[in-house]
Amino acid sequence: MSGRARRLPIALSIVALTGASFAAEIPLAERRSGYELMSQETRAMQDDDTANPGMLGVLEGGALWARKAGAAGRACADCHGDARQSMKGVAARYPAYDAALKRPVNLEQRINVCRTERQQAPTLAYESRELLALTAYVARQSRGMPIDITADARTQPFLDGGRAAFYRRQGQLNLACSQCHDDQWGRKLAGNVIPQAHPTGYPVYRLEWQSLGSLQRRLRNCLVGIRAEPYEYGAPELVDLELFLMWRARGMAIETPAVRP
Amino acid sequence: MNGETSRREFLAGAAAGLGLGAIITVRPAHATPQEMQEAIRKVVGSAPVTKGRVKLELPPLSENGNTVPLTVSVESAMTPAEHVRAIHVFTELNPQPEVVTFRLGPRAGRARVSTRIRLANTQTVTAIGELSDGSFWSATAAVVVTLAACLEDA
Amino acid sequence: MANALINVPDRARRGEIIEIKTLISHPMETGYRRSQLGARIPRDIVRLFVCTYNGTEVFRAELHPAIAANPFFVFSTVATESGTLAFQWTGDNGFSATETATITVD
Repeated sequence: MSGRARRLPIALSIVALTGASFAAEIPLAERRSGYELMSQETRAMQDDDTANPGMLGVLEGGALWARKAGAAGRACADCHGDARQSMKGVAARYPAYDAALKRPVNLEQRINVCRTERQQAPTLAYESRELLALTAYVARQSRGMPIDITADARTQPFLDGGRAAFYRRQGQLNLACSQCHDDQWGRKLAGNVIPQAHPTGYPVYRLEWQSLGSLQRRLRNCLVGIRAEPYEYGAPELVDLELFLMWRARGMAIETPAVRP
Repeated sequence: MNGETSRREFLAGAAAGLGLGAIITVRPAHATPQEMQEAIRKVVGSAPVTKGRVKLELPPLSENGNTVPLTVSVESAMTPAEHVRAIHVFTELNPQPEVVTFRLGPRAGRARVSTRIRLANTQTVTAIGELSDGSFWSATAAVVVTLAACLEDA
Repeated sequence: MANALINVPDRARRGEIIEIKTLISHPMETGYRRSQLGARIPRDIVRLFVCTYNGTEVFRAELHPAIAANPFFVFSTVATESGTLAFQWTGDNGFSATETATITVD
């Protein structure tokens, strides 16, 4: 095994042994976006709209927004007009409850519902260039706005499911998300700083991916990292976890398109 | 199979049987400092390269080798009589030594360019400034490259 | 059509040194990566970036695979006259993209 691959399980098992049952939520006043834990160079990349590679996706999303699609020959703009007005605040409220599906859906799923029902177009696949571009374009319209997720009777069970997943030990390394992201944030894991894991900037341009990627892609990465079987894209378990993570980040500002290492 | 097959490539082939479709990044054979010197020779010929006048700005610790911001500048008035003709950037441990060549001239006003490069591992980057009088100047910068803690591979 | 972001000031004083930023969408596939089956993924990069100012070349970059995905450049030029700055990227597999920006110089 290479040196790096050997260090990671050792580091994680040390965390696992000392993790015990802290499981304490980060106090609201101590919440920090991953932005604050990045190097100054990476922050500069995010701050400049003409240097942020995620903005290329936003630009493309803007073009897709205006393009007619599907058997209905309709563009997003035909129903929603100027996204700068109509989409303002939307990403800050997602995942949101969908009455027809009787469960919360994330932004990607919401876009696909519009695709199939309003445009009579096929769904866009997760991590496809088009879906990332549209999601980035819509989420960008909420940049700077506080995440606004509150639990109600309908969403509470799903939020609880997401919370249970966050605090549950899983995978071959038997680690819970909380052990790194609640208890050890700010410390280093194999040379990288552990963030608090607030999804403030999705879809995010991750330097590791050299492209935009969704929150589900990042969650699947984490699951592979702790040697757990990752859920398939679109799985309800992932959406429940997204809902919990957005609720956990309530009040924090949307940063889409964020840049992260 | 050629002699370059590594244990990791063998495992990749075996894993293919499991139907895993992801792309893995196998560390390729990388260039050596000697190859970098040869690449520099191709550019400067027999002319001497003097340390100085070039400033190479790179973060000492890079969060991800896929995208490392780089700024290189050369002291010069950038007049038609005396200016920077080109700036060449090299690495010693990437798969190949050449990174980029910028061609400038007096119309640049200032010899200062920024970009983002890839670094395969912790190494030293070299920048060579080529002036209009045919002289060559250089600077180096060392970068520690860390990798993401939880890699994808799924 | 490739996506690009260009940042050029709208106006400048004659003789002023202006800063130009360009960012183009391109994967810059190095040619060194292998698929799970061991096959090398072929190189697919932008090889050349040229900026011209009213037709005269003022900046050129010759790229190799070590330039990061979505190539980004910041460079400068002297604002000599009003007109058009043209940006051209060319690369493997017939890749070609052009963008322009106008500038008013007083």
